[in-house]
Amino acid sequence: MTATEERPATEIGASRRRKEDARLITGRTRWTDNIVLPGLQHIAMVRSPFAHARITSIDAEAAKAASGVVAVITGADIADEQGALPNAWAIIPDQKAPVHPSMAVDHVAFAGEIVAMVIARTAAEANDAADLVDVDYEELEPALELKAAARDEVIAHPDLGTNVSAVWSYDSAESGTGGDVEAAIAAARDGGIVIEEEFRQQRLIPAFMEPRSIVVDPTTEQMTVWSATQVPHFVKIFIALVLGIPESKVRVIAPDVGGGFGGKLQFTPEEVLTVIAARRTGKPCKYTETRSESLMAAHHGRDQWQQVTLAANADGTVTGLKVELIADMGAYLGLVTSAIPLLGAFMYNGIYKFPAYHIGITNVFTNKTWTDAYRGAGRPEATYAIERLMDELAARVGVDALEIRERNWIKHEEFPFSTVSGLRYDSGNYEAATAKARELFGYDDLRAEQRKRRESGDPVQLGIGVSTFTEMCGLAPSRWLGSMGYVGGGWEHAAVRMLPTGKVEVVTGTSPHGQGHETAWSQLVADRLGVAFEDVEVLHGDTQVAVRGLDTYGSRSLAVGGMAVLAAADKVIEKAKPIAAQLLEANADDLDFSGGRYGVRGTDAGMTMAELAFAVFQGHKLDGSAEGCLDADATLDPDDFSFPHGTHLCAVEVDTETGATKIRSYVCVDDVGVVVNPMIVEGQVHGGIAQGIAQALFEEALHDDSGTLVTGSFDQYTLPAAPDLPTFETARTETPATTNQLGVKGVGEAGTIASTPAVVNAIVDALRPLGVTDVPMPCTPYRVWTAIQKSASQEGSRS
Amino acid sequence: MIPVAFEYFAPATVDEALGLLREHSDAKVLAGGQSLMPALRLRLAAPEVIVDIQKIDDLRGVRDDGDALVIGAMTPHSTVESDPLVAEHARLIALATATVGDPQIRHRGTFGGSLAHADPAADLPVVAVALDASFVIAGPDGRRTVPASEFFQGVFSTALGEDELLVEVRVPKYTGWGAHYEKFNRVAQGWSIVSVAAAVRLDGDSIAEARVGLGNMGSTPVRATAVEAALVGQPATADAVREAAARAADGTSPVSDINGDADYRRHLATVLTRRAVLAAAGTA
Repeated sequence: MTATEERPATEIGASRRRKEDARLITGRTRWTDNIVLPGLQHIAMVRSPFAHARITSIDAEAAKAASGVVAVITGADIADEQGALPNAWAIIPDQKAPVHPSMAVDHVAFAGEIVAMVIARTAAEANDAADLVDVDYEELEPALELKAAARDEVIAHPDLGTNVSAVWSYDSAESGTGGDVEAAIAAARDGGIVIEEEFRQQRLIPAFMEPRSIVVDPTTEQMTVWSATQVPHFVKIFIALVLGIPESKVRVIAPDVGGGFGGKLQFTPEEVLTVIAARRTGKPCKYTETRSESLMAAHHGRDQWQQVTLAANADGTVTGLKVELIADMGAYLGLVTSAIPLLGAFMYNGIYKFPAYHIGITNVFTNKTWTDAYRGAGRPEATYAIERLMDELAARVGVDALEIRERNWIKHEEFPFSTVSGLRYDSGNYEAATAKARELFGYDDLRAEQRKRRESGDPVQLGIGVSTFTEMCGLAPSRWLGSMGYVGGGWEHAAVRMLPTGKVEVVTGTSPHGQGHETAWSQLVADRLGVAFEDVEVLHGDTQVAVRGLDTYGSRSLAVGGMAVLAAADKVIEKAKPIAAQLLEANADDLDFSGGRYGVRGTDAGMTMAELAFAVFQGHKLDGSAEGCLDADATLDPDDFSFPHGTHLCAVEVDTETGATKIRSYVCVDDVGVVVNPMIVEGQVHGGIAQGIAQALFEEALHDDSGTLVTGSFDQYTLPAAPDLPTFETARTETPATTNQLGVKGVGEAGTIASTPAVVNAIVDALRPLGVTDVPMPCTPYRVWTAIQKSASQEGSRS
Repeated sequence: MIPVAFEYFAPATVDEALGLLREHSDAKVLAGGQSLMPALRLRLAAPEVIVDIQKIDDLRGVRDDGDALVIGAMTPHSTVESDPLVAEHARLIALATATVGDPQIRHRGTFGGSLAHADPAADLPVVAVALDASFVIAGPDGRRTVPASEFFQGVFSTALGEDELLVEVRVPKYTGWGAHYEKFNRVAQGWSIVSVAAAVRLDGDSIAEARVGLGNMGSTPVRATAVEAALVGQPATADAVREAAARAADGTSPVSDINGDADYRRHLATVLTRRAVLAAAGTA
């Protein structure tokens, strides 16, 4: 620290540069693939090139004889040992699912499924030998197209007899949270407005920067597993449950992890198989996937058809919303595959007051890579549908897109508000966020420019896209999760320890993989204990250090994990009080804690936490009346979700001659409650918006007619890079959450949820005078141009 | 992501390289590695021998040779992009080169490597065809020169024999010509869906000569000769250029893929040709 650096008045709210960034950015850290152990062996996987096939024979002799090969293992070899991969969320009691093997035994259900593995002394030898494993397949017809699969035209798992895993519904009339949606639609058909649309949520690939990697050391009493995962605590439990290893004999470490976006919220076949390889050979083993394997076989996201019907009065007041969706599970159920549409089911009403709501969900198997959580998990899909519909409604009524939203949203004085889908929104101020966004965006000027371009017939049209959003963050109250069929809880755990030299050790059960918990948690504790930010060390991701925890996903870490850290810090302060009273020879009631020091009211006498910590370490002067320990643990289970919200505005120029789109400006005002570190929030919002824009414009996992992934490299799976994205203008309003002690809400998914509909709404808005009412995602130039041509020919045939 | 094992040679001279190519039938030449390395790592290519020509200094550099500019095959894109001779006599090359990949790729990738790879969606083959460049090829029997129109023979296929090496490219001087490169792609680092390279010489207000090359409108880059002919003698106005550019897709057979079908590509060719020619005329 330099003398000129000013210490912020409070750590909470300070844009601290992230402690962890130097090592993460330079790569000089323990990424899993950087870990080298004595005698380390390397694994290469043999994967099915076919989407649906029977394995008729495997000849591994040539591979076994190849240079450096230690063993070749096929599914038949470990059929009894490998167990089945878990699904932790049966959304209905009789949910159907095929057995999910880590390695296929005789039936493969997606291209990329593992059929054998080679263990060799070097990675190169493992790769070479993998090419020599000769697998004979009998090809079966794959179930690929989602709607056809839902009709059981081709069955993905013949043994299951059907592709339908579960049908789930929620109805506001049945649940007593609102009226009858069919009645609302029928009423609207008579003098009101009924909008029926079908939206496609294309299949996406999480595409985290660090590919998945696993190292297993079986040579110690406790088997150590390093994995590039979001969920080390889950991995530990499931290794125990699936492979029958006592939980106490497994230690899982998520060292520094390079991104996840939900893609590493999984217990993977590769983890199971690396453990098996290490256990069988008795030596450390490493598996690191290639980018091609990652794109093909790490779980995918989204992939839904949404059929939506919106009913409204002639003035644009919504009277009901009905949603029927089909969700692609892919070939198997992963940890929470089945619940992704469910997590969206409560958010289709968005920030609005709808009197009636119904949603029906059909979960369907296909012969594609299994899907699961991807940034936002269900909530982006819901927000997309309602925000696209609100724009359509505005067009039908003939009012501005912001005006139609204001007519329907929950007013700030109406909080807490019980929604038609059964949630209780604790707080929010949609008016304030929208007003601020409108001003920053220059909304009226852009509308004026849009009018001019329309009048002059400019080949480059301007569109303005609006999206509001709210989401349920802080996953999750354990009682709620239990009521919905999830097998786990949603609590979080933390420990705070005063070290003898006055430093503080914080242990968190969350497992950051880019979120900056080391920095943010240090700010929380520095503020609460009155110690220097630099004196706080945050430990995480090692189940032997962070013994209890439920990891990081669903914008939960600060709202649940951070609050557990504060609760532990508060306990430390409480534990210090009788010790301070004894040492200061004062009555505990006369002590005040402030600025990291217990002081005797009305005197200069007092002791800092550092002084108390050293006194406790020595123990010389303690009389034994209080426990001589300034360590505390806290487990926190939230009472309810938190509900961040925001208004995003996007201006897009559409070149009607080529279909090319260009985002000209992007403004968002997010309300994520109290902000601990504005720079981290800003980073999350930027990354989130980029990822949401990518769904709107760039990304789509595509398969050919045989079920092979066409977009199997970054050459075809078009991730945007910096030159493809505009400058984002971000701002905030701050309405504290009432569901946790600090008033925080969560920001990890916000940008992703809001930006996708903002961009597509802008494109459709630009083209509405040409008769275009929808462009399927991703809105590539070809698709935009095709939409223009199609409506031009329809216009032509009408005139 | 580990290539199949190969034998590696790094010759210091062209003759040494040619000797190695003659000696080994299954050899691949490694220039900047921007296409070959991914192919090796994905095991899409598995040659027994790699002849790395990065140590052959003679193949690097741009020089003035009277009525032509000569660009060494191993000249990195970053050099071509900022070379004053290229800027003066063949600005179209500099413009197209600036759109190749990203700065890291342009520092590693080479002018000749990109041409010899012959990806129909790449940037430099289009420009070479538009500007009527000629390719100097060294082989066992000495050197021969092949015009651009004959060098590109198909997707990833050229006039280069297995025992030959592209050593330099001769580009006629287009001093004083206007130039523009229109690259239409989905992301900045992506391949072109269609690209148009245009160079125009004005005489007063009208177009005296024009060169128009189309990228990714077939298995090789092609000259839009009908457009070039139609432009001669026309004023460089939006209407006149639009009329000429309407013929851009004549005789082409573009592919259909996830980025667009053949009709869309033909349509893009006319729009992008109009824009490229007008922009080129504006800089003449």
